[in-house]
Amino acid sequence: MSTDANEALSRRGFLAISAATLGGVMLAPGIRLIEIAGARAPEQAVSRQVRWGLLIDTNKCAPGCDDCVKACATENGIKDTGHPRTDAQWIRKVELKDLRSGRTHSVPVMCQHCEHPPCVDVCPTGASFKRADGIVLVDRHTCIGCRYCMMACPYKARSIVFQEITDQNPDVPRGNGCAEGCTLCVHRIDHDRQPACVEACTRAGHNAMIFGDLNDPQSEIAQRVAKYASTHIRADLKLNPGVRYQGL
Amino acid sequence: MHLHGLVRLSACLALASAALAFASDRVPKPVINIDKPGKCVEDTATMRREHPDMLKHQRDLTVHEGIRTREHSLKECVGCHASRKTGSVLGENGFCQSCHDYASVRLDCFGCHASKPKLTNGAKP
Repeated sequence: MSTDANEALSRRGFLAISAATLGGVMLAPGIRLIEIAGARAPEQAVSRQVRWGLLIDTNKCAPGCDDCVKACATENGIKDTGHPRTDAQWIRKVELKDLRSGRTHSVPVMCQHCEHPPCVDVCPTGASFKRADGIVLVDRHTCIGCRYCMMACPYKARSIVFQEITDQNPDVPRGNGCAEGCTLCVHRIDHDRQPACVEACTRAGHNAMIFGDLNDPQSEIAQRVAKYASTHIRADLKLNPGVRYQGL
Repeated sequence: MHLHGLVRLSACLALASAALAFASDRVPKPVINIDKPGKCVEDTATMRREHPDMLKHQRDLTVHEGIRTREHSLKECVGCHASRKTGSVLGENGFCQSCHDYASVRLDCFGCHASKPKLTNGAKP
């Protein structure tokens, strides 16, 4: 009797586990949740298996639209200090024009999260570093504000903070004398959320930005990269950035 | 002994002597207001002695490895210990600042980190 009960229990347990496992993969035919694929317990370190990336469709990015820039500033607490030449700039809109054909593009340019980041090579204290999942960050605890990274970055993606800052977003510490740049909203990614720029672009209906894991063949970004031609900015430098542009 | 250790020891001694001196009103002492009484993540003695090490350990895990456990995170400290009046851990009687001023230990976390918890819409500090 008791063995029967045990068997029944273990069988039930097995079924429950299988159901849970299948639920993660087969939520609906053809649909797989990125959240489930990328879910990571808070005490678990980031994995090398993941390579976070952005795909920006320049055909959908309207000139003059700065929804992503505004969303970034709000999320990360970047305020106008009245010194536009030296204010921190995590994303900027760049207008490009092909002089021969006259074709124009408007593209958001932020830290490109290179596989071989020059900012990391030049940093004398190791403050500029690449996380295992490909996000390039500044550890402000060790940054001495030398600005070598700003000089080394071919994308002008790094800024330095010149003013005392108050009322930061608790999730985004930033302060005087430290270099900084786009973090891909790492505090959101670690909680399985999208970066603020991507969320804002999608919410406004532009759908020009996709965020996801380039290493996961099932993810939308990897499928788009496999299907459509996309390129890096300054691909000649062979830095293999995580940010790709379509239609450029 | 390293200079750092010496400073830490003297800070602890200052706090310990403050505790002894609570009986006497002639000696100034730090104001420790705890608006939200309850259990901290460790006992008081451990927290007083080891909170800098806990925070440093946690910060490296968070920044470099993306480990965002809440137990030893500065954000959680601020969330719990911010004053109800000012909404901050800084200020004259702020939980962090009053002790650090008393022990004369520089408090530079809040040059970058928020000294006030994030408020949900409409909530008061």
